[in-house]
Amino acid sequence: MITLGHMLTLSAILFALSVAGMFINRRNVLLLLMCVELLLLAANFNFVAFARYLGQLDGQVFVFFVLTVAAAESAIGLAILVVLFRERRSIDVEELNKLRG
Amino acid sequence: MLVQVLFYAFAAILVLAGLGVITSRNPVYSALSLVLCFFTSAVLWLLIEAEFLAIVLVLVYVGAVMVLFLFVVMMLDIHVEELRKGWTRYSWLGWIVTGVVIFELVGVVVTRRLGIDATRGAVPLPPDYSNTRELGVALFTRYAYAIEIAAMLLLVAIIAAIALTMRRRPGLKVQDVSAQVATRAAERVRLVKMPPEKRP
Repeated sequence: MITLGHMLTLSAILFALSVAGMFINRRNVLLLLMCVELLLLAANFNFVAFARYLGQLDGQVFVFFVLTVAAAESAIGLAILVVLFRERRSIDVEELNKLRG
Repeated sequence: MLVQVLFYAFAAILVLAGLGVITSRNPVYSALSLVLCFFTSAVLWLLIEAEFLAIVLVLVYVGAVMVLFLFVVMMLDIHVEELRKGWTRYSWLGWIVTGVVIFELVGVVVTRRLGIDATRGAVPLPPDYSNTRELGVALFTRYAYAIEIAAMLLLVAIIAAIALTMRRRPGLKVQDVSAQVATRAAERVRLVKMPPEKRP
């Protein structure tokens, strides 16, 4: 039997992993975007688990919208990344200081 | 019992794949590990009977978003070693955040102050229960306006992504279709009258 605690623990591990990934890969925009995807997956885990264990379907509906927003976010983020790479030949966060006056 | 074994097996794969995402040196391996993450998450969602979302996760994430990621990873020419330099400088912040997450986790799972008993299983669903049907009813009645807004958001995202990445290259040879269609035979073919040549 899978309990709510199992799911919450798993999602917290995923969340901690993705936050750690953001600090490890903090200069690579591409991996930062991947870590954001992993983070949203962890959040979705919580939504699905609570929806199932509280017997309410609204959590699953919310996961639907989170998926939509995440898809839009990654599409625009990758488009910006491609334009950025075309302009600077690099995706290092530390070199993105053009707007810094 | 079988469900629990499956849960632990796939949870282990999920955590290992997550580790692979954040630690691998090659971004292609990171993207592929993320694909594995989504697949195992879909299996875990199937185990707690969220069938529709599991399928949507595979179709939308693995089928669309991760393919996009792989395209971009392979399109860009990145020097990973330079990007990895000095990554331990902010790791103490990472450990603090990890500690906070673990603290909150223990708070939810161990104490029962939220009125949620985290150690009990879910109420079993009736055999003729259809997750897809229930989700569809909820989406198209109570959340109808929200789903229209989500559709508009996707449209805006498509237009924004195309508008951001579109560019005109100078000197690129392309067809001008309207000029091709509007042309007439008189502009293309010129008939020349020539006297016949004498044979040697």
